[in-house]
Amino acid sequence: MTLVRISDDALALACGADEVARAFEAAGCKVERVSSWGMHWLEPLAEIGGQGWGPLTAGDVASVLEGSSAKAIGRIEDHTFLASQQRLTFARAGKTRPLSLDDYAATGGWMGLDRARAMAPQQVVEEVIASGLRGRGGAGFPAGIKWRTVLQAAGPRKYIVCNADEGDSGTFADRMLMEGDPFALIEGMAIAAHAVGALQGYIYVRSEYPHAIAKLNPALDLCAARIAPFVIEVRVGAGAYVCGEETSLLNSIEGKRGEVRAKPPLPALEGLFGCPTVVNNVLTLAAIPHIMTPGGASLYDSLGVERSKGTMPIQLAGNVKHGGLCETAFGITLGELVHEIGGGTATGRPVKAVQVGGPLGAYIRPDQFDLPFDYEAYGAAGALIGHGGVTVFDDTADMGGMARFAMEFCAAESCGKCTPCRIGSTRGVELIDRIRSGGGRAPGKVESLPQMHNAPKQPRSREQEIALLEDLCETMRDASLCALGGFTPYPVLSALRHWPEDFM
Amino acid sequence: MSVAARIDEIVAAHAHREGPLLPVLHEVQAAFGCVDEEAEAAIAKALNLSRAEIHGVVSFYHDFTAKLDPRPCVELCRAEACQARGVEALVAAAEAAAGARVRLKTVYCLGLCSASPAARIGDTLHARLDEMRLARLIENA
Repeated sequence: MTLVRISDDALALACGADEVARAFEAAGCKVERVSSWGMHWLEPLAEIGGQGWGPLTAGDVASVLEGSSAKAIGRIEDHTFLASQQRLTFARAGKTRPLSLDDYAATGGWMGLDRARAMAPQQVVEEVIASGLRGRGGAGFPAGIKWRTVLQAAGPRKYIVCNADEGDSGTFADRMLMEGDPFALIEGMAIAAHAVGALQGYIYVRSEYPHAIAKLNPALDLCAARIAPFVIEVRVGAGAYVCGEETSLLNSIEGKRGEVRAKPPLPALEGLFGCPTVVNNVLTLAAIPHIMTPGGASLYDSLGVERSKGTMPIQLAGNVKHGGLCETAFGITLGELVHEIGGGTATGRPVKAVQVGGPLGAYIRPDQFDLPFDYEAYGAAGALIGHGGVTVFDDTADMGGMARFAMEFCAAESCGKCTPCRIGSTRGVELIDRIRSGGGRAPGKVESLPQMHNAPKQPRSREQEIALLEDLCETMRDASLCALGGFTPYPVLSALRHWPEDFM
Repeated sequence: MSVAARIDEIVAAHAHREGPLLPVLHEVQAAFGCVDEEAEAAIAKALNLSRAEIHGVVSFYHDFTAKLDPRPCVELCRAEACQARGVEALVAAAEAAAGARVRLKTVYCLGLCSASPAARIGDTLHARLDEMRLARLIENA
């Protein structure tokens, strides 16, 4: 009987993978549901004996089985999209059944945990520090240093919290990992628990990811004995983008409004329920099992550039021909990502802008495409890597509109705790609207009062309005409590700087 | 069963958790289609919290609604990656197809950014939408 492997990743399902799977079954094949290779333009992708076909519809099944399908892509592992990658965190992508403990163990699963548990917690922390792994959620803080802080902190109990509130547009690597390789995340958390002395863990997943939740819960049941005495519970978010911010996330788990906490105290010292807490992103924790295998830490440290070590799962999204997951060592240029791996725009039109790092990331122009993927290089260019999302726009994009959207999004998702973000974002939308409608603003009723000596009595010019927007962005950047208000100026100012004509 | 009795049951099922409020609210929202004043009061009583504390949490999160809306709901992603593939051009037709019968809700990111535009109905996801496919989804919702 022919064995056909088709992904049950949410994206494959959204593109019709279930119908294709049923059609193969109806044709007498045995269908195995595996994780996704991350070649999303080819989903639903079917694999028979290592050969691939995609993107398939149920109507293509007969021709695939006859060997006459024009959708054949040859041997999947040799595909140029995959050949250019180096997969450590996503080593199992496309190859294993997500909920199969046998598949997991057969592909090196639990090796890292077994080795870590044979070591002293301090040694585990030192290895993670030596690997150079930095937090993949966006801030890029060295993971091992955070762990060491929690290990050394005194508290009645300690927690491991996995931040799986992947709200950034243009990112889906957390989702793919939770759906495709849930045991890797669980193993990473169990290693973290051993390293810092925690007995309870939480995975905070956004409610927009029902398929990830549906994979994590049974996965936790299946391996409960393997990770005991450590226990993990899945907590489902409730549609608040700001809960991806770590302190807001902790409040949300505690059953409170997802408002940001002022730091200090750091969550590593006073986190969940006031106890020392490791809060790490899905990709950070999922990188740990590989790092803890023999030689894993030094291999990780040997990859990448400067202070950005190891590999980064980069997500190619938006208007890109070959969208999907590209895990590669740091240092790859944006041009290589967008043009060589991504194949340019899906519409075939020239690239106008690329937003790296989600809704809070800067818009980057094609003439900056030699920028290497590296935390420091992006920081120096006034941009950020964030969670590794790369969203491509073609020349029809209205960058003034995108700047307005950034402010609008911040206003919609602000937790309301700090003024620059709560009020600034709304004023930002109004300002951009005024700038785009070409007019300045006449003095208001109060401003016109004779006793308001310092208020301008002349209408503000367009140039003054632009200066005011820049001023507002500076205030938001420097005075907001968290990255939502603090980084919204990145997309706004980069759009204003690079495409002033779109604000006319 | 009365609302209060059902809520007591839900709270009891989650009482063993640390910080049980969000799981409780999710289940109440699923059971009643909303978390209204009556439910807030019952949850407050069962968890020994003030009604203000419960209302503060309910009103903070987009997933919890104060009023029951029995209409089918289609969630359309309008974040950057979907905008890059032209979701804004589909909105007018989607609104026309939805009319008053279907609730068209804007969400920001369903995690299908490499196959955008995307929409969600219940737990079913749809990607690579164009005007016709989206209109058909809404009509069949």
